[in-house]
Amino acid sequence: MNADATADAGDETPFRVMPAVTVDNEHFWRGGAEGELRILRCARCAYWIHPPAPICPECLGRDVSPEAVSGEATVLSYTVNHQLWYPNLDPPYAVAIVQLPEQADLRLTTNIVNCEPSEVDFDMTVKVTFLEYPDSRGNVWLPMFEPAGEKDEGPGS
Amino acid sequence: MNATPPPEVGERRAVITGVGQSNVGRRIYEDPLAMTIDATLEAVEHAGLSLADIDGISTYPGNMNTPPGFSGVGVVELQDALRLELDWFSGGLELPGQLGAVANAVAAVSTGLANNVVCFRTVWEASAQGDKGRASVTMGGGGGTYRAQGFLQWTLPFGAASAANWIAMMANLHFHNHGTTREQLAWIALNARRNAQLNPKAIYTDEMTLDDYMSVRMISEPLCLYDCDVPADGSTAIVVSRAESAEGRSRAPVRIEAVGTALRGRPSWDQFDDLTTMALRDASAMMWERTDLTPGDVDVAELYDGFSFITLAWLEALGFCAHGEGGQFIDGGERIAREACGSSGGVALNTHGGQLSAGRLHGFGFLHEACLQLWGEAGERQCRRPDGGTPEVGIAAAGGGPLASSFLLTS
Repeated sequence: MNADATADAGDETPFRVMPAVTVDNEHFWRGGAEGELRILRCARCAYWIHPPAPICPECLGRDVSPEAVSGEATVLSYTVNHQLWYPNLDPPYAVAIVQLPEQADLRLTTNIVNCEPSEVDFDMTVKVTFLEYPDSRGNVWLPMFEPAGEKDEGPGS
Repeated sequence: MNATPPPEVGERRAVITGVGQSNVGRRIYEDPLAMTIDATLEAVEHAGLSLADIDGISTYPGNMNTPPGFSGVGVVELQDALRLELDWFSGGLELPGQLGAVANAVAAVSTGLANNVVCFRTVWEASAQGDKGRASVTMGGGGGTYRAQGFLQWTLPFGAASAANWIAMMANLHFHNHGTTREQLAWIALNARRNAQLNPKAIYTDEMTLDDYMSVRMISEPLCLYDCDVPADGSTAIVVSRAESAEGRSRAPVRIEAVGTALRGRPSWDQFDDLTTMALRDASAMMWERTDLTPGDVDVAELYDGFSFITLAWLEALGFCAHGEGGQFIDGGERIAREACGSSGGVALNTHGGQLSAGRLHGFGFLHEACLQLWGEAGERQCRRPDGGTPEVGIAAAGGGPLASSFLLTS
């Protein structure tokens, strides 16, 4: 491991790479402070834009601003990671791409938390939960997702 | 789509006249520029040219200091070391895959901006990580002032630190949607290892069995260690020349029938419309739009295997089998074995061992191998058509996720 990791010796806080927070993405990374998952939305045609961009790709409208989504999602795909990549970010943990119900092409890469990684499954219903992570440049609220309740048991495949 | 006239396939004005490669290995601690010079001089000599004939350089990704070992040599270092007189050059990262540097050279030669372009890719990732393991070069792992920007900000904070994680989610969805299994995917790695045993430059040549594959440690489900390519040190060079200038040489050039470089839809690792394929789907489609040849004509396919699932996705995208049927296609290994060269319904795949066993030369190894096979210069691993002849049609393709390009080549 890199000797110059920021965690103090003896500090077992999992190391996470932080995003470069800017005026253009701050709504996403800090909306969790108010308990909201915020995504840019076009004022003209109501299209949700993620990752953030200064124009609506649907109608080319320039009037875009953050709006809270429901925080609900379903697991589109996932992987259980077994490799130690960062100090104290101990495997196994579940990485997932979740589909938000607000729009067919609205997705996030995230972690599924508050359950065993082996319990994660396709089409699982999940909801957002924020992990506040300390950063010397201003804390970040990482949108994680946790099981929302009973899993959809689709027809056996 | 409006009815448009067929495109002018200008890439056919360019040919490949020579290839070269330095020593390749794990932690050989050779100077990256020295390796690049070795590959370049070999390729120029192989092309029957002298350094005075070289008027272009094209490289991926250009000179970058991070991640460690990913590059370290750019256009200027090579130009100055050999005092080349250039009319055209290009070095950059944001290209249609690693072989995008070759596509750039083809475009430059086809338009007359250069006559003979050396394209190169140099890596020293094995030496850079030394004995500290892959995690020592994990993106952003150094802490300090690094903050993730662009696409990486959406993955790294969640411990999705590697393309292994991003590809694993694609593979897992393919497994879920199409019934693909680990026992099937294993054949990409098993086939590569079998072919590597005939490649004197390959890094891993010990026999690998299905049991070995199934019992090795998991990296990111469903991908295990043997689904991941092996960091290496080495440099590969390709000479792209004007077709007219290559007439009458002792060795006929490798001809470029068609190139695919498309970027369509939402080509990111997690936003692509169909996560069981990638930008390589569109690169493949573009390539086939530019030729009358079909997948059935292809004798050898050298397809990127940074992770085994990418190769499966290329096989499907290129039409060797239907989308979703890649697992069945590779199952048992017969349809991708070197003996499948020229067969109906099969193709010789990654005949040098791919990056999984021959080392991660990062895209250029595939084009190097395709050319050697078409020239009949692949030594002990030379593939033969059923009639005993050398391969006549080959594909070299590299890239994964949002960036990809493919080359249809003929002897």
